[in-house]
Amino acid sequence: MYQITRKERLNPTVTLMEVSAPLIAKKAEPGQFIILRVDDVGERIPLTIADFDRVKGTVTIIFQIVGATTEKLNHLEEGEYIHDFVGPLGKATHTEGLKKVAVVGGGVGCAIAFPVAKKLFNLGCEVHSIVGFRNKDLVILEDQFAKNSTKLIRMSDDGSWGKKGLVTDALKELIESGEKYDVVITIGPLIMMKFVCLLTKQYGVKTVASMNPIMIDGTGMCGGCRLTVGGKTKFACVDGPEFDGHEIDFDEAIKRSQMYKDFERHAHEETCNLFKKEVK
Amino acid sequence: MANMSLTKNPMPTQDPNVRNKNFDEVALGYTPEQAIDEAKRCLNCKHKPCVGGCPVKINIPAFIAEVANGNFEEAYQIILKDSSLPAVCGRVCPQESQCESKCVRGIKGEPVAIGRLERFVADYHNKNTEVTAQAIKTNGKKVAVIGSGPSGLACAGDLAKKGYEVTVFEAFHLAGGVLVYGIPEFRLPKSIVQREIDNLKALGVKVELNTVIGKTISIDELMTEYGFESVFIGSGAGLPRFMNIPGENLSGVYSANEFLTRINLMKAYKPDSTTPIQKGKKVVVVGGGNVAMDAARCAKRLGAEVYIVYRRTEEELPARKEEVEHAIEEGVIFKFLSNPVEVLGNEYGWVSGVKCQQMQVGEPDASGRRSTSPIPNSEFIVDADCVIMSIGTSPNPLIKSTTEGLATQKWGGIIADENGLTSREGIYAGGDAVTGAATVILAMGAGKTSAAAIDEYLKNKN
Repeated sequence: MYQITRKERLNPTVTLMEVSAPLIAKKAEPGQFIILRVDDVGERIPLTIADFDRVKGTVTIIFQIVGATTEKLNHLEEGEYIHDFVGPLGKATHTEGLKKVAVVGGGVGCAIAFPVAKKLFNLGCEVHSIVGFRNKDLVILEDQFAKNSTKLIRMSDDGSWGKKGLVTDALKELIESGEKYDVVITIGPLIMMKFVCLLTKQYGVKTVASMNPIMIDGTGMCGGCRLTVGGKTKFACVDGPEFDGHEIDFDEAIKRSQMYKDFERHAHEETCNLFKKEVK
Repeated sequence: MANMSLTKNPMPTQDPNVRNKNFDEVALGYTPEQAIDEAKRCLNCKHKPCVGGCPVKINIPAFIAEVANGNFEEAYQIILKDSSLPAVCGRVCPQESQCESKCVRGIKGEPVAIGRLERFVADYHNKNTEVTAQAIKTNGKKVAVIGSGPSGLACAGDLAKKGYEVTVFEAFHLAGGVLVYGIPEFRLPKSIVQREIDNLKALGVKVELNTVIGKTISIDELMTEYGFESVFIGSGAGLPRFMNIPGENLSGVYSANEFLTRINLMKAYKPDSTTPIQKGKKVVVVGGGNVAMDAARCAKRLGAEVYIVYRRTEEELPARKEEVEHAIEEGVIFKFLSNPVEVLGNEYGWVSGVKCQQMQVGEPDASGRRSTSPIPNSEFIVDADCVIMSIGTSPNPLIKSTTEGLATQKWGGIIADENGLTSREGIYAGGDAVTGAATVILAMGAGKTSAAAIDEYLKNKN
């Protein structure tokens, strides 16, 4: 059992939790993920590590309430326990030798982009963070990004926060203004990452995308997380979760991510009924 | 007076048309009367050929003699001398190619039902005794066991009995390895596996769940920071193979590992489970081993029309005969000499069918296995909305890639000598992690062998 030592609502659908898991905190690196199970009948879900504190022995997760499991997780309070919490899994973000990087985050993906930006910034790298949200109510981690970026570009779909437009618009502007990046690291919805990668391919800028597909064990056992990268099948859990964005078959990944959509919608509604909550 | 019946006492089973709709155990087990009657078929041969067929050399005639006399607990104690998991092996061992294949009664008629008797004896014991904590004087030496499958459980049990302080590390949230994630409830009830885990805990073995060795803690850290003097690697062969044919990454295509894990470990067949599973209307399982049979029979129980597609003939099926028979009885349809060449999908990226080639049988090759070759222009399509690839597994590379100096085969198996010793001092390995996918009993035997070797090693180490 893993105790929740801090809980913070970042916006109406996104929650931050600090979880006591000293062994994982000791090893965790940006880019890696954990798998959790809320209770003893729960499913296993992967969540990328948003931050960690080796001294306190805590791992931070940030999640969006999208299904039955994240709904149940969100009902746990400070001091309560998550049944299972395992990691750190996957490979860490490659940061060696990088001098100038654009970190492009979208929505709750910014939670995963943040530790990457922070690590690079602390290593003395020039970090241009481009973060996008649908509107100002959904913004998370603004201060944290501001403190850990050389330059922070804020974007929103409706213009209620920062500039109106997509993260790709901002990235295009930067590249066209002559910014030369060693690598663009993008984390967010699949469709956003797809278009970031299409854009950077035009300019020949190396791009890394962090994938978060469906998986069970996270150790290479189930193969549920497989992706096509450069024409070859890769397992996101052990070969990734980060891959060369120009090689990923995003269309296939998008289709695979929808595999249990109906099941999830149904399960979510059932959970909401159980908790006597209104279904939005 | 020996029972000279030419046939075994039949195993009572659930009716095929009832059991193919539930996940309860198929075989119901002998009654004491049936067990005694069957035990009396044993001729108690002096040269004991059956023992030679047993990978762990259980004294089979001795335990059967006790059963014949109604001394079931005594029979259990005889089996326990050589086997750590009688209730498990009595159910999943391929007895027909091991002990029973050597039985003298099998020359004319059926062999003695050794497996069924082993199961009866173990179930009798489990029903009539409680798991009680045992006070064993510890010798203060710590041993780590990686993986809680058959090899790890056997190794941990033997070492604990010798006084070692044993900790078993399991990556999943539940102990048991392939016994809980792979083998379905209807073939091996999970309460039996849980009983084995409880037995270990009663011996003082600690079980650390949610710990991925190679990620959470490395083997070197176990030995330097955590004070383990020896390590046994029983991490199994968990990495699924795919065919590398077009369309394998379509939605609705599973590895058998994923399909079975969702059902067995995550209980996706139960209404209160939050783990989703694709309940196909028409399911194609590719492969012919025991795992393929398990996957097909699970899919059947979820309500599908199920096809097993296998590229050779019925004779070459690697699965146990009993599993194949059960699958057929339950309504699984076999398509032999059919080789998948492509998985087909619809416009939503969902699987819609499997394109297969018709194969023909050729001459036997050097190994005696008949070769097969495709018949030109023989392609045909089997419709499916779910496809399960069950063509084997390889050892997981996580430990190899994080343990310096641990020698492995090209295909990933850890190299170990006959005692399980690897290329690293103090580190032993056994089971599927060494051999590639094999049987529960071989893994259990390897765990026991390594436990004895670790004991020798630590006794002689200053």
